[in-house]
Formats: sequence, C-alpha cells, structure tokens
Amino acid sequence: MNEIPGDLKFLKSHEWARVEDNGHVTVGISDHAQGLLGDLVFVELPEVGDDVEAGNGCAVVESVKAASDVYAPVSGTIVAVNEKLADSPETINDDAFGDGWIFVVEPSNAAELEELLSPEDYAAQIEDEEH
Amino acid sequence: MTQKTVLNDAHRRLGARMVDFGGWDMPLNYGSQIDEHHQVRRDAGMFDVSHMTVVDLSGERCRDFLRHLVANNVDRLKGDGRALYTCMLNADGGVIDDLIVYRRGDNDWRLVVNAATRDKDLAWIAEQAAAFDVVVMERPELAMIAVQGPNARDKAMSVLPESERAAIEALPRFAAHGFGDWFVARTGYTGEDGFEIVLPESEAEAFWQALLDAGVQPAGLGARDTLRLEAGMNLYGQDMDESTTPLEAALAWTVAWEPADRDFIGRAALQAQKAAGVPRRMVALVMDERGVLRHGQRVITDAGDGEILSGSFSPTIGKAIAFARVPAGAGDELKVDIRGRELPLRRVKAPFVRDGKACDGIVDA
Repeated sequence: MNEIPGDLKFLKSHEWARVEDNGHVTVGISDHAQGLLGDLVFVELPEVGDDVEAGNGCAVVESVKAASDVYAPVSGTIVAVNEKLADSPETINDDAFGDGWIFVVEPSNAAELEELLSPEDYAAQIEDEEH
Repeated sequence: MTQKTVLNDAHRRLGARMVDFGGWDMPLNYGSQIDEHHQVRRDAGMFDVSHMTVVDLSGERCRDFLRHLVANNVDRLKGDGRALYTCMLNADGGVIDDLIVYRRGDNDWRLVVNAATRDKDLAWIAEQAAAFDVVVMERPELAMIAVQGPNARDKAMSVLPESERAAIEALPRFAAHGFGDWFVARTGYTGEDGFEIVLPESEAEAFWQALLDAGVQPAGLGARDTLRLEAGMNLYGQDMDESTTPLEAALAWTVAWEPADRDFIGRAALQAQKAAGVPRRMVALVMDERGVLRHGQRVITDAGDGEILSGSFSPTIGKAIAFARVPAGAGDELKVDIRGRELPLRRVKAPFVRDGKACDGIVDA
C-alpha cells in the first residue's frame, strides 16, 4: 500500500482531490480503491467542458472484476482529462495518486472542498472497512 | 464460519488478496490477476483448489449407481484412471452440479464436485446411493493443487516422486494416475495442458513450495475465472443451475442418450424438453466495443431479451467475452444494455482461446 500523500482530500467513495496552485482540482481514485478493483481494463472519461456536480458520477473505471463510478468531489467544469488512460488504464493500478489522475475540475464553489475527508480520516475509514 | 484450506498461510505469505468464495477464504490474486492469467497461458501457474469436494465411492454396484446418477455415461470410461465430465440432474432435468467422475477401479470411483454445492451434492448423492449399497465417503483431508500452462507438466514432473514419473508422463488427456493418497490427473479448468493433483493435506504445503521453487507462479480465483471463460467452460451457479437443463447451457454434448434404456435421473424431462423444443440456448459472445460484459446484463435479441451469464474482460483477446442465455429463436443480431447504452455483440463459437491462442474468428469477425 502506497503512503497516502498529505496534500490530498478524499471522498468516502475513495476518490482523491488535490487543489493545484491555480485553484483547479485534480481527481483520481485512491490506491486502496485500485487495489479493491484489481486490474483496470477500461476508463470512461468525461469530456472537457462538461459541467459536473459534487457527488455525481462523471467517469467510470472498469476492472476485470467490477465497474465503478467515479464521483466528482466538487462541482464545476472539467478542464482536463487524462487521455493516456484510454490506452493504459493500468496506470491507475501502478500510480493511483500520480500518473493515474483521471480529470481536472475548475471548481464553481470552493467551499465544497471543506466537506472532504482529510488523509487521516480517510485512512481511518479504510481501517474500519477492513475490520 | 469461513473455512480455510491448508495453504491459507502460504497464500498470505505470498501477499494474496483474499476473498470469501462460497464460504472459503481463498486468494483472488497475488498482485495482478491479468499477469497471472498470462503466466498460465504462456508458461505455468498453479491454483489452490483444495476447497473443492472430493467424494469417493466404493461398492460392487458403483457403476450401476453412476449410470443412474449422472447424465453422461460412465461406460464411456474404458479403463481405470479415466475421467468423465458430466452433469448431475434432478428429476426435472435441472443441473444440481457439474462434476468430474474418475474411474479408479471397478468398485472404486472418485467424484470431484463444486465447493459451493457441497452440502446439497452430498445429501443428494447419499440419498440416491442407498438403493445401490454404495458407500459414499467425503475426503476432506485431501488437498488439491492445479498446475496449468504449456510448461506445467514439465515443471510439475520435476517435483513429483521419481518412481511415479514414467506413469504420469504417459497419461493421456483426461486420465489420472494414483499412488498412495496422491492422485495426479491430466485435467484442468483453463484450456491449457497440465495436472490437477490431489494429495494429503499434510504434504500440500511442501509440495506447493516445491512447485514455487520449480518456477510455477501462484494464480488466484480471478485468473482462474478468466482462463476458464476463455476456454469456453461453464461455471456452476452462473451459467447453469437447477433452473436450467444441460440443453439450455451448451452442455448437450455431456448428455449420453445412448443406450436408450439407461435410466439416468432427469432423462425423461430432458427428452420431453427436446421433443417440445428447447426454449433457450446458451451462446458465446464477443464485444468489439470498449467495455466489459458482466453477469446479469440484458441482452437484446429479435426474439426477446436474454441475459449475460459469465462475462468478463478477456486478457488474451483484449476484449470483453461472455456466455449469454437467449431465446432459442434469436438471430445473430444481438446487443447488450450496459448502463443504458445498447452495444452490438458478435456471436462466436466457443471456445474463445485454446492452447494459448485466440481461436479463429474470435478477435475479429
């Protein structure tokens, strides 16, 4: 299990969010989540320009085992998607918190970020799930 | 209470991700199930299948009993050490389980049945056996390891007892050699060559380790599922159960109609269904679009809806493959409903993969 980077925030549903210097929010799924899903084989990306709402599904990651929605941690507009995942979905397995990022949102309501879990709270949640 | 095989600690030491499988704590993968899949297709992998139920039958009327119990005909086994794949049916022709029958001697037979159906299988077998004076004995003290892949036999041979190697080397497909409580069968559930090895629990850990040392990589249930689906093999509970007959599950080839006077359980129901017309059939499908076919998805045909049974991503082909049950009159224009989108499916002839390679017409039309 990778260390959970301290600059991330989390949804209970295992998405991570990182606020970049320009205020945009990069989103992916946690290393724990990729481990639960197993080998990823397809990623359905949103389109740049799509409006998304916090808590709504806007991407799908599919492993051999299961399909899972990826929920937007914040509302806003998609400004970038990780096109490389179309050909190499396993990047998420290899580097969930880095090269395996999925999309970037320009948030419309930065206050929503306050609702997200800290790395410590997220780690505690994972701990609870496993026991 | 979750049950553990004797290799449970060995799996954990190898870093396995464990899951509950029919009440058993089993390895799903040891890292990447796709890597494990390729390992079996290209070299050799091994599976702990000790959760499966080994049942030994003894008695002078074993053969008569089995001629009655299962839909395939054990008279097809022309010598000791031969194996037969078959379904065990209820009186309605529904599949209670699928199993392998090994003939070990005239009065000495072995069944290997599924773990998830153990209780009902044992009860059913015991109930039917009473009239034949056949002794039914489960063998929970035996472990089972499947070694599969193009190099599986060579690698396994190097760690099997030297005195038995010549006999094991000589085994044709679907035959087995026993020595003491060991039983080496040239069978499997992957579409590759290899062995399924039954052995005493007390010797299983050392043998597993010896196989590891011989370069056989462990593979989990995840890879086992994609390998068997590519190989066109059914999974009980997903592709057939008591609500389906073998004729509706692409298993007509396992029903021995001749001789006509062999009165196996379910025969009358199957004959009636055949005469009336089998209402549904199981087909093999490839999806050329991106996405994964999964159990329970709706299949749209010109004769009404069907459903995906076993469905998965095929690591060998790089596309989704599946079995589906569809109305008998369905044409070749099939679609699947995935999260509200209707995507076209291509009907193919199973198996999808044999001996490491995609079969003709599977990857592209």
